[in-house]
Amino acid sequence: MTLLNPILHSPVFGIALTVGLYWGMVKLKARYRRVHPLICTAAVIIAILVLGDIPYEDYRIGGEWLSWALGPATVALAVPLYKHASLIRSKLAPVMTGITLGAIVSAGMTACIFYLTGASMELMYSAVAKSSSAPFSMEIARRLGGIPELAAAISVLTGLFGSLAGPAFLRLCGVRSDIAIGAAIGTSSHGIGTARLMETSELQGSVSGFAMAAAGMISTLLMLPVYWWLLSSS
Amino acid sequence: MRGFAIFIAFHLIGLALEKGLSIPLPANVIGLGLLAAALFLGWIKLEWVEASSKIAIRHMGLLFAPAIVGTMVLAKQIQSEWLAIGSSIVIGTLVTMLAAGLAIKLWPDRRKQHDAAESHSA
Repeated sequence: MTLLNPILHSPVFGIALTVGLYWGMVKLKARYRRVHPLICTAAVIIAILVLGDIPYEDYRIGGEWLSWALGPATVALAVPLYKHASLIRSKLAPVMTGITLGAIVSAGMTACIFYLTGASMELMYSAVAKSSSAPFSMEIARRLGGIPELAAAISVLTGLFGSLAGPAFLRLCGVRSDIAIGAAIGTSSHGIGTARLMETSELQGSVSGFAMAAAGMISTLLMLPVYWWLLSSS
Repeated sequence: MRGFAIFIAFHLIGLALEKGLSIPLPANVIGLGLLAAALFLGWIKLEWVEASSKIAIRHMGLLFAPAIVGTMVLAKQIQSEWLAIGSSIVIGTLVTMLAAGLAIKLWPDRRKQHDAAESHSA
C-alpha cells in the first residue's frame, strides 16, 4: 500500500472516486430505473474503503471538497423558490401555513419519539431537521451539537421513505389537489420527494421544489430559539 | 458558468454576514435568502441562473455523498439506536406530510364561502 499512499492522501482520490462512481450510477439509472445514484455511490464507496482497508480519513480529504460545494448548491434553491412562487400566489397563505406547520410537526414528532425511546441528545439533534434537505439538516445539527454526517444520512432516508410511501398515503388520506400534494411532499421529503413527483406531474414537482426550499429556511429559523436556549443554559 | 459564479458569490456574502455580524444562521441559508430576494427584486435575472440551478439541484446528491459515507464510522451508534431513527423516519414523515397536506386542503376557501353565501341569500 506504500506505493498508493501519496494518491490516497491527495484530495483527488476522494473526489475522483465519488464523481466517477456517481457518474456511473447516473448512467446505470438510465437503464435500470430503480438505481438510486446517491445511495448506490455511497454504498460502493463504503464497500471499497472497507474491503481495501483504506482509512475513512483518507477518503475524507477529497470528500470535504465536495461537501464545500454543497454551500453554493444550496443557494441555487433560490431559483425554484422564485420561479414557482407564481404557481401558489393565489394560495400563498394556506401553502405557507402548511409548510410551517409541517416543519414544526416534524421537529416536534422527532423530539417526542427520541425522548420516548430514551435516545441520546446528540442523535436527537442529528435527526430533528430530517424532513429538510441534507444541506439544511447538516447545518442545523452542526449548530445544535448533533453529527452533520448522521443528519445527512437520516435526511436521505427520510426523503426516500417519503418519496416511496408519500403519494399513496396522501391519496388515502384524501389529499388530492396538486398544490397540497406538492407542498406536503416537498416539506416532508425534500429533494428526493420532489424528484419523484416530477416524474408524474410537473405542477406537483414545482410546488414541491418551492416547499423544499421554504421548509429548509423555516426549519433553520425554528432552530434559532433552541440554539439560544442551549447557549444560555450551557 | 455565470449562474455558478452567482451562487458562489451569494454563498460568500452569506459567509461574510455569518462570520462578520455573527448571525447564527448558516451561510448557505443566508445566501439562499438573499438570492431569492435579489430575484424577486429583479436585481438578478432568472435567465442568468436558471440553467445552472437545474444542474446544481439535480446533482446535489453527489455533493452530500461524502457525508453519507461518513456514517460508516458511526455504525455502532446507529445500530444501538435504530429503533428511534427508524420510527421517527416512518411515523414522523407520514405525520409531517399529513399536517402540511391537510392544512392546505382544509384551509377555508374564501371564494367558495362567498359563493355559498350568495346562493344562500338568493
